[in-house]
Amino acid sequence: MEKRVRFRGWLLPTLLVVPQLAITAIFFFVPAGQAVWQSLFIPDPFGLRSQFVGLGNFVFLLSDPFYRASFVTTAIFSASVAFVSMAVALWLAVLADRLIKGSGTYRTLLIWPYAVAPAVAGVLWLFMFNTRVGLVSWYLGLLGYDWNHTLNGEEAMGLVVIASSWGRISYNFLFFLAGLQAIPKSVIEAAAIDGARFWKRFWTIVFPLLSPTTFFLLVVNVVYAFFETFGVIHTITSGGPQQSTTILVYKVFSDGFVGQDLGSSAAQSVILLVVVGILTIVQFKYIERKVHY
Amino acid sequence: MGGMVEKRGVSYWLIHAGLILGVAIIFFPIWLAFVASTVDQQDIIRPPMPLLPGDQFLENYGRALTSGVNAPVARMLLNSSVMALGIAFGKIVISLLSAFAIVYFRFPGRRLFFWLIFLTLMLPVEVRIVPTYEVAANFGMLNSYSGLILPLIASATATFLFRQFFMTVPDELAEAARVDGARPMRFFFDILVPMSRTNIAALFVILFIYGWNQYLWPLLITTDPQMNTIVMGIKQMFPSGDDLADWPVIMATSLLAMIPPVVVVILMQNLFVRGLMESEK
Repeated sequence: MEKRVRFRGWLLPTLLVVPQLAITAIFFFVPAGQAVWQSLFIPDPFGLRSQFVGLGNFVFLLSDPFYRASFVTTAIFSASVAFVSMAVALWLAVLADRLIKGSGTYRTLLIWPYAVAPAVAGVLWLFMFNTRVGLVSWYLGLLGYDWNHTLNGEEAMGLVVIASSWGRISYNFLFFLAGLQAIPKSVIEAAAIDGARFWKRFWTIVFPLLSPTTFFLLVVNVVYAFFETFGVIHTITSGGPQQSTTILVYKVFSDGFVGQDLGSSAAQSVILLVVVGILTIVQFKYIERKVHY
Repeated sequence: MGGMVEKRGVSYWLIHAGLILGVAIIFFPIWLAFVASTVDQQDIIRPPMPLLPGDQFLENYGRALTSGVNAPVARMLLNSSVMALGIAFGKIVISLLSAFAIVYFRFPGRRLFFWLIFLTLMLPVEVRIVPTYEVAANFGMLNSYSGLILPLIASATATFLFRQFFMTVPDELAEAARVDGARPMRFFFDILVPMSRTNIAALFVILFIYGWNQYLWPLLITTDPQMNTIVMGIKQMFPSGDDLADWPVIMATSLLAMIPPVVVVILMQNLFVRGLMESEK
């Protein structure tokens, strides 16, 4: 797509793109280039000089059991967040879609947790499950269950999954509701005349028609779980206990800033860069997000 | 709507019951936080905590705003506002300008520029934090507003949105402006920007929330508590070690941290939904 009408000159348009170009160069290309460069070196313990190791950092990382464990943790975490937040949102959207009036009110009531920062969501859920003062953990104790996410890795994972999914329900609900409302009602009514029960109709007709929305949300939620949940992990578990909630992005932070292992952290950034690249390609290719030049 | 299929009856009330249950579950953590922000510490450290608000509202919020734990929360609210507004305005302005340039001009390097900023769509700041931190530190941007704002503006999502929108603006308008001998910037300010105001507003809502809710970047770039933003400052209020956290003040701060973005979403709901659908789809 091109404009037929254009203004003449090259100086003005060049000046117009300078601000964005400058900021992108300084805060995007220089750091990204540095990440790639640093990933090829191991600095000495005093940070005075570094030794070129080629792909050594990558080889080391991929054979490091902690890094591999972090991959598995990230996979479990992302899949769980996507599943929990989408399942709840779909359930609510199906209900709201069946209302003639009032779905707008529920939309307003359900939309706003989107605006709550992941880090704040983390603090809220931490408060409920706090081992000393938490209301939920206290009631669990009453039922004979000794909740302690600071010692039990599975409980810690469960808690960060719930806290990360909570605010995400709004977002998924909006898209599922829009998707459901876009399905022609004649299709559903034809099935209703056939006498198909609601849930049978849903799984055989509605859900397949909804699959583009579902697939889109799956990718978007996995990207969210990968990159935007740092605040939840940092506030609730700080990656523990025993690294059981150390997702990849958290490991870049903890190795780079806490552990000061810059070469490894940079190599991890480069690996994540590849992961983002793949996810972005999937997103563009299958969801037909069209960016024309 | 689906309701046309199902007649009002038992199932009608079950639908409402299901939705109300969902809303209640989603509200519950906020309600508990609110209750905790209105009682005193003694009510909380002897579980179970009460489920109805107490009478310490003014005391807790006053203490949070004026003294906080490491820094007054009022100061952190100011920092968050500057950061969120700076990101929203900054990104909108530079994106409007560059989208105008790539749509309405043909200049050397246009294609290269397009692909350079296209690449930025792929790499969130979380991935390149260590080197970005080093760049910001070298520029002396630690504990400064420019350090909080500028690195987060380096992404091209907004440029693409404006570009898509400019493409739909009828050519006749630019043609008329050119025939009238209007300068390009006059066309930009008098016609293009006013026409884009809905898109600008929608994007503003999304970017404000994005900026307000940042966590990792402020955590790295602000070591001085006076420069902490409220969202990252909450975690800093927890004592290290085994000391008991000041829960009423922490919960009051959590509520203060979520009020501005939640108010923006609710007041500008339609714009927000529109912005969300357009920026993500």
